[in-house]
Amino acid sequence: MAHVRLDGIAHSYSGGAAEADWALKTLDHDWRDGGAYALLGPSGCGKTTLLNVISGLIIPTRGRILFDGKDVTALPTEARNIAQVFQFPVIYDTMTVYDNLAFPLRNRGFPGPEIDRLVRQVAGMLDLADDIGRRARNLSADAKQKISLGRGLVRPDVAAILFDEPLTVIDPHMKWKLRRKLKEIHEQYRLTLVYVTHDQNEALTFADTIVVMHEGRILQVGSPQALFERPQHTFVGYFIGSPGMNLIDCRLDGETARIGEAAIPLAGALKGAAGTAPSGALRLGIRPEFLTLHDAQGPGRVEVAIRTVEDLGNYRIVTALLGDTALKIKLDEEAPIPADRAWLAFPPGRTLLYHDDRLIEASP
Amino acid sequence: MNKIQDNRAWFLVMPVFVIVAMSAIIPLMTVVNYSVQDIFGPGNRVFVGAEWFIDVLGDRRLQEALWRQFLFSGLVLLIEIPLGVMIALTMPKRGWGVSATLVLIALPLLIPWNVIGTIWIIFTRPDIGLFGVIVNALGLGFDHTASPLDAWVTVMLMEVWHWTPLVALLAYAGLRAIPDAYYQAARIDGASAWAIFRYIQLPKMRGVLTIAVLLRFMDSFLIYAEPFVLTGGGPGNSTTFLSIHLVKIAVGQFDLGPAAAFSLIYFLIVLLFCWLFYQALQSVGTGDRA
Repeated sequence: MAHVRLDGIAHSYSGGAAEADWALKTLDHDWRDGGAYALLGPSGCGKTTLLNVISGLIIPTRGRILFDGKDVTALPTEARNIAQVFQFPVIYDTMTVYDNLAFPLRNRGFPGPEIDRLVRQVAGMLDLADDIGRRARNLSADAKQKISLGRGLVRPDVAAILFDEPLTVIDPHMKWKLRRKLKEIHEQYRLTLVYVTHDQNEALTFADTIVVMHEGRILQVGSPQALFERPQHTFVGYFIGSPGMNLIDCRLDGETARIGEAAIPLAGALKGAAGTAPSGALRLGIRPEFLTLHDAQGPGRVEVAIRTVEDLGNYRIVTALLGDTALKIKLDEEAPIPADRAWLAFPPGRTLLYHDDRLIEASP
Repeated sequence: MNKIQDNRAWFLVMPVFVIVAMSAIIPLMTVVNYSVQDIFGPGNRVFVGAEWFIDVLGDRRLQEALWRQFLFSGLVLLIEIPLGVMIALTMPKRGWGVSATLVLIALPLLIPWNVIGTIWIIFTRPDIGLFGVIVNALGLGFDHTASPLDAWVTVMLMEVWHWTPLVALLAYAGLRAIPDAYYQAARIDGASAWAIFRYIQLPKMRGVLTIAVLLRFMDSFLIYAEPFVLTGGGPGNSTTFLSIHLVKIAVGQFDLGPAAAFSLIYFLIVLLFCWLFYQALQSVGTGDRA
């Protein structure tokens, strides 16, 4: 296991220097030894490129990668002690499960008894012991993906295991089981795991730290809770959560944020901080979960028109119009919803302000 | 579930039935017809049962042609399949080289078969042919019209030159269809180039190689035009393959009965071997009884 450090990594596939040519724009990041990370972002944001840079399948255009302080940037994949699991199960068709698991060890010249011990240990860990003599091609997709994973786990010296959307082709039920298995293995062996996905549920349940990427940049690194409650960037707010954060253009007027004619009160600490960023686009962000809907006027409430109500089983999503702006509100199944007109409250502690898409931090 | 019985559906398969009957069944039945009768002329025929089959199976010339044919097809598979795979492995995977190589490799496949024979007659002539002159200049005394060995070498060279491209193209298509993740996983597993070939590329080429083996077996087993033009089956009978011998019986000697009987045996041999190859290639390395 190792601590993996990215030092000013940038990569351009075409070799071009224009902004758009860089699949990865300069990144600095530390992957803590034994951490379970999820790398989350939309398709094409550079997640897979970053993963391949760590595993050495791609040599980055700029920057250095350090494993436990040792520069491995120029080392080829096979010399890096990285394991990687791909989107589709990669198995060696003609080999048995046993031979598949033994393959990385045999290639590295491990002695026979050692190989046998490690293979049987990993097969037991992944519930593959019963199938160990079977030809790998005759197994189900999830068992094949377990073999792919097993070929990573079997190496005792592996620095980190990288997952590139490994559950894409797995049935929903097996997805859940495999994710549990991964979590279990992580808790037991404290491996450094980096898990690429565009599925936020997968990221939130698997990882203790989530790294959100967008257009070749890391926007925020944090716990699932931090990403939910204090997105550092409007993209994180919009991308995490279902539905995403409400983002509304606004302007500052003394102690309040104004959306059209409506005045939204802000948390005390935010007022001062907001004042220091007078130019540029200001946006107010609030999670649909934090908005409250009332049937009467009250202090700090603004009037909205209810447009649609979607019933999603255990909760409902209300779309309401504030002036011309549509807002999503997530309510419990039992919560009463006024028929036409309603008053919306923005809890000050949950109402965030963004300046040019970046969160304005409240001064303490 | 109740199935609706509607016999009108048969009309929908009628066209296919008619086409298959015209193209395969009726001509084949004609051959069957000839193989069990001695036909002297219209309205003048005698049913002879299995006589022609017994005759043909005892024909020493035909037996020789049959073994010659097995030797030829065996050599063709042993040379062309590995060679085609090797060529496919060295072909470029991206860039302008891809289409250039594809066109160059496919060229021999575009030439009419009897023209191929003519090309090789000229190519190997000891007086003006590039190959013939060079080999004779090396002091090897090469002449495919006089020496059976030289004739075989020439026919094999021609066959390999003509058809290895097909194997190479099929193998190349198979190689290109392997997702990158396999190569990446192999690098991560520390696999050698040989291990990548043995455990990824070769198994993944199973489908296309099955097709290649079947096609090359069938075509080489039925080969006619090229050796007919190049050597005419000689010198002596040294390159008289089955088809050449068959045509000699049927057209040269007008022995339609024995020719028809042997055609059927010929057909069954091809069918049997294709089935054997297919079964073998589909089952190798797939069963659980490792």
